[in-house]
Amino acid sequence: MSTTTPQKIKVATIWIDGCSGCHMSFLDIDERLIDLVQHIDLLYSPLVDMKEIPAELDLTLVEGAVSNEHDLERVVALRKASKFMIALGDCAVTGNVPSMRNPIGLKPCFDRAYQEMADIVVNDPADGDPGIPALLEMAKPVHEVVTVDLFVQGCPPPADAIFYVLSELIAGRVPDPTLLTRFGA
Amino acid sequence: MTPEELHDVGQKHREQDAKTPHHVRVCMAAGCMSQKSDEIKKTLEKAIKEKGASDPCKVKCVGCMGLCSAGPLVRVDTEGQDSVMYQNVTVDDSSEIVQSISDGKPVERLVCDTNVPFFAKQQKIVLENVGEIDPDSLEDYISVGGYSALGKALAEMSPAEVRSEVEASGLRGRGGAGFPTGLKWGMMARNESETKYIICNADEGDPGAFMDRAVLESDPHRILEGMALAAYATGANHGYVYIRAEYPLAIKRLKNAIRLAARAGLLGHHISGTRFSFQIEIRLGAGAFVCGEETALIASIEGKRGQPKPRPPFPAQSGLWGKPTCINNVETLANIAPIVNKGGAWFASIGTEKSKGTKVFALAGKINNTGLIEVPMGITLREIVFDIGGGIPDGLSFKAVQTGGPSGGCLPDRHLDMAVDYDNLRDAGSIMGSGGMIIMDEESNMVDVARFFMEFCMSESCGKCIPCRVGTYQMHNLLDRIAEGQGTHEDLALLEELCITVACTSLCGLGQTAPNPVLSTLRYFRNEYLDLIGEQHIPAFVGQEASQ
Amino acid sequence: MSTQPHIITLTIDGRELSATVDDSILTIARQHKIDIPTLCFLEGLSTWGACRLCLVEIEGTPKLLSACTTKCVENMVVKTDTERLKQHRKMIIELLFAERNHICSVCVSNGACELQSLAQECGVDHVSVPYRYPSLQLDSSHDLFRLDNNRCILCTRCVRVCDEIEGAHTWDVAGRGIDAHVLTDLNTLWGDSESCTSCGKCVQVCPTGALVQKGTAVAEMHKQREFLPYLTKMRRNHP
Repeated sequence: MSTTTPQKIKVATIWIDGCSGCHMSFLDIDERLIDLVQHIDLLYSPLVDMKEIPAELDLTLVEGAVSNEHDLERVVALRKASKFMIALGDCAVTGNVPSMRNPIGLKPCFDRAYQEMADIVVNDPADGDPGIPALLEMAKPVHEVVTVDLFVQGCPPPADAIFYVLSELIAGRVPDPTLLTRFGA
Repeated sequence: MTPEELHDVGQKHREQDAKTPHHVRVCMAAGCMSQKSDEIKKTLEKAIKEKGASDPCKVKCVGCMGLCSAGPLVRVDTEGQDSVMYQNVTVDDSSEIVQSISDGKPVERLVCDTNVPFFAKQQKIVLENVGEIDPDSLEDYISVGGYSALGKALAEMSPAEVRSEVEASGLRGRGGAGFPTGLKWGMMARNESETKYIICNADEGDPGAFMDRAVLESDPHRILEGMALAAYATGANHGYVYIRAEYPLAIKRLKNAIRLAARAGLLGHHISGTRFSFQIEIRLGAGAFVCGEETALIASIEGKRGQPKPRPPFPAQSGLWGKPTCINNVETLANIAPIVNKGGAWFASIGTEKSKGTKVFALAGKINNTGLIEVPMGITLREIVFDIGGGIPDGLSFKAVQTGGPSGGCLPDRHLDMAVDYDNLRDAGSIMGSGGMIIMDEESNMVDVARFFMEFCMSESCGKCIPCRVGTYQMHNLLDRIAEGQGTHEDLALLEELCITVACTSLCGLGQTAPNPVLSTLRYFRNEYLDLIGEQHIPAFVGQEASQ
Repeated sequence: MSTQPHIITLTIDGRELSATVDDSILTIARQHKIDIPTLCFLEGLSTWGACRLCLVEIEGTPKLLSACTTKCVENMVVKTDTERLKQHRKMIIELLFAERNHICSVCVSNGACELQSLAQECGVDHVSVPYRYPSLQLDSSHDLFRLDNNRCILCTRCVRVCDEIEGAHTWDVAGRGIDAHVLTDLNTLWGDSESCTSCGKCVQVCPTGALVQKGTAVAEMHKQREFLPYLTKMRRNHP
């Protein structure tokens, strides 16, 4: 294996309002990851220990819906830095489970979870806590807040679908994920 | 009644009328009635009685006189003299008006000048009896030639001859789509069936439109005669008037007219002693705009949920209860009797090459003379707005005219000199529609106008097909965002994409035309959308932004 | 009584096919394995023509017509798969997903849902119109079945099967436009319905997870439709 590949693709992944299942599925690519690493530089991700969002990226994979202000801030920053953005998995593509609170509304949701059902009521999280980013009124799919270039459906998308998408992109082709995955897959 | 009997009744009635030198006509259509014209009529009668007039004077209840913005309207007709029209009449003016009749000097402060273009530029066929006759009197209608067309057709013409006159007239459906009436009747006549139906579509629902209402309230027999002629020409034996329940006065007068006509043998079995039988029933619409659509209207009469069905099959093939059915709009039917009487060629001599006859418009919005007008096809929008309509109030300038109701479009000043006909309006991005005409001044916000009509379509969608049910909601939502200054360029692109899908894929005319107000305002007033959006884009890669 | 059916020839997607004048375009297309997507259509029930997915282009006709309701005509030239039709179909499916709360991953019909598989077939990779997130009710009052309005697409298959096959007419549609919804009897709870025979036909014909059997977990609900062609065939022979 050559370590002098000059043009590695600079990649970020982010895990916002999701279950981390899509990242698990990403890891389920298994030994093929070794091939991918020849072409990829993972600069920012829950899988690497980098705190700052890099200034320039070729590709960002977003797992999860945009649910709080911190999610929004980071997704916008990553979008501005990335040439290509993929919504990875149903939460990022459709809002999925995180969006199930949307029809209920934020306040009634809080009341139910932290007041009515709670043994000890400390304070009302709806009032905000300086240490916790405030939730948005609605959990949104990524494309409602930034432009998204490719959508990979599935809960989670199968490892094969993720591998296919990445290898096609590396090869300079535009993949069609609906061949291998669907909503809820 | 035979033609001779009709003639006698008319003659007798005219002679009776001639014994009274003065007639005071009081508008008793909905507009003036809402301003207590019925009480004015009572006080006029009382004043005449108290005065014990030396010359006999009769107060007559008539239908719409047109200039609704100046109502209540009262007209004094004295034999051998010019009529005097009074505007904004109140109960307190009654005795003064009655006094003026015997003095022979009009009440100057109330006089409404009828030599202005509003009256002079009109040409009346549909509305010829409107405002002249008492809608509740069969004799009144007969005395102005009513039912003579039916008598003539039954006595002298075959159904095919009636159809060919209508075909030769070039009359096109006045409900909106402009389908040639003769062709529709021909399709219907070709379908052999024991039972066939004629339906009069009086479910007038466009915001700002009140043409059919005025005809029904002012000259109901004209519609019954038109329906009977349509039935004779197409082999139908049963008719329905589908009228919206929000028109109680029209319903009352129509019911009365049906009763009177049936009693006189002008409806029912063996009309005029011939083998032709035709009855008419009334069905009330429960306030759904979509029920003006033919197939939804049929479902509603059948007692089902008012939802449209895909066409083909067309109602002329399989309509009400699966039988051949012909549905004509009120105004279309009002044109039939004159066409049969005077011939198709006479009608075809009026109007433009492809749009014959006249059209009734309801002028509303930012215009001095709101009301009902009838003009020949081919008149320009400028003549309608500035001559007849008297221009824009408060010294403001004209911005757009919306024709065709929620299915129509907004046309800017560059189209003012366009001749109004079906094809020109369509090419300009609007439609003739049923005749609502809403004028907007420079202060009108066109995005708001589009949003208003989309809200109307959204709340009137029946919910059957997906593009209309969800598409109108989404388009309204996007218009809302843009109007509130929250919209992005991506929202505008999505709105345009939705317009195309909803127009192309909706099941019925409601959905297919719902995008029209958006499309026409985007075509002529795109800047207003862009101003509201400004520089707002959904965030993207900065490299791309820089390159943009 | 029996007249010889009039055989005509038409062209669908460049293939010359024969049909009778009573056949719909959809019937003939399916007979020849030409795939036209549908949602509200179900063989054995009356046609409804509302989902607009089976719209096709017909030469000489400016409007798109639904293949399920349009009968074949001599020399008709039909196109079922143009770029324009594909775009419209995609948008219609997106509108459906955005209309109510279709969360596939937690649906009992996941993997056996017609809406879900159509989305995949038609290449719907995301929903470009904003989601509505309406607040909708579940009706679990029936002993055996459940109605989840969140997943209803208003295809009215349940209404039609209940009326036309079972003869109960328990289901109908209420409300207008975006507020339209299915309901049982005169808006009673399903469990309190006096007309419902608990036959379950509505559940089996429902294309999504709106009508389901109770006691099924995610992806466990598989619908059985064999009864419908069977009953239709039997009844056709014995009217």
